[in-house]
Amino acid sequence: MLLIRCPYCGERPETEFHCGGEAHIARPDTPADISDADWGSFLYTRTNPKGLHAERWLHAHGCGRWFNALRDTVSDAFVTTYEMGTPRPDPISETAKA
Amino acid sequence: MLDVNLASRAPALAPRSSDAGVTVAPLGPQGRLSLRIKPAALGDDTAIDGFDLSGPINSRRSAGDGAATRTALRLGPDEWMLLCPADDVEERSEALAAALNDTAHSLVDVSHRDVSFVVAGAEADSVINAGCPIDLALAAFPVGAATRTLLGKAEIVLTRLAEDRFTVTSWRSFAPYVQGFLVEAARHQL
Ligand SMILES: [Zn+2]
Repeated sequence: MLLIRCPYCGERPETEFHCGGEAHIARPDTPADISDADWGSFLYTRTNPKGLHAERWLHAHGCGRWFNALRDTVSDAFVTTYEMGTPRPDPISETAKA
Repeated sequence: MLDVNLASRAPALAPRSSDAGVTVAPLGPQGRLSLRIKPAALGDDTAIDGFDLSGPINSRRSAGDGAATRTALRLGPDEWMLLCPADDVEERSEALAAALNDTAHSLVDVSHRDVSFVVAGAEADSVINAGCPIDLALAAFPVGAATRTLLGKAEIVLTRLAEDRFTVTSWRSFAPYVQGFLVEAARHQL
């Protein structure tokens, strides 16, 4: 079973987690003031990369906290996980570490 | 105190024998209070009404004994499950609310939401591991550890009381499933 490192609980089985889609997408402050195209892009347009992807994950059957993860979409390897509100780590140095 | 809860309660489950070395025994009624509070708001004052909130995430801290037992399970960065004797829960609830009066927090009596089992015996860890994928080696899940996790399809709170002794707590409606799962796992442990 794939182990995911929760920033609060450490390594735990993947069945305890839920993925919440791409991370670091800021909701527009005033949705009424932006164009339909920009709003549609906020709602639906995602980067969908082949390689490193920053995602939101929820430790649902654990501490109940959301956190972010850098996952490689090709190998399914979790390169690192980090707390919500902290910036995306530098992927090159993290890859070198992993 | 208000006389609001005068209904007599039937036990949620009758005991079932596993006929094996590992016993799965439902615990009787227990006082359970769900506490949410930011550690920063708590500050250095981690003993509230005799509950020791100083433990790290996923740990169990118990103080006192008998009718004065106070146990705190830290289930997340800002979440504790506080356990006390069933007939003490209203008093504890009021005392905790008074002690945390000036601090933003949430305190909810969930005593009747959950059912707990004690799983005991030399192979208790492998009985639980029959449906729970976390590492129960003593180095990874020592005595005094406590965490929310999964047993089969049900969410549980697991604590380790001793090397060969655990508590498994699930929501009331999952309890017959959890009991059946553990008893069946214990049967196959022979
Ligand atoms: Zn966690």
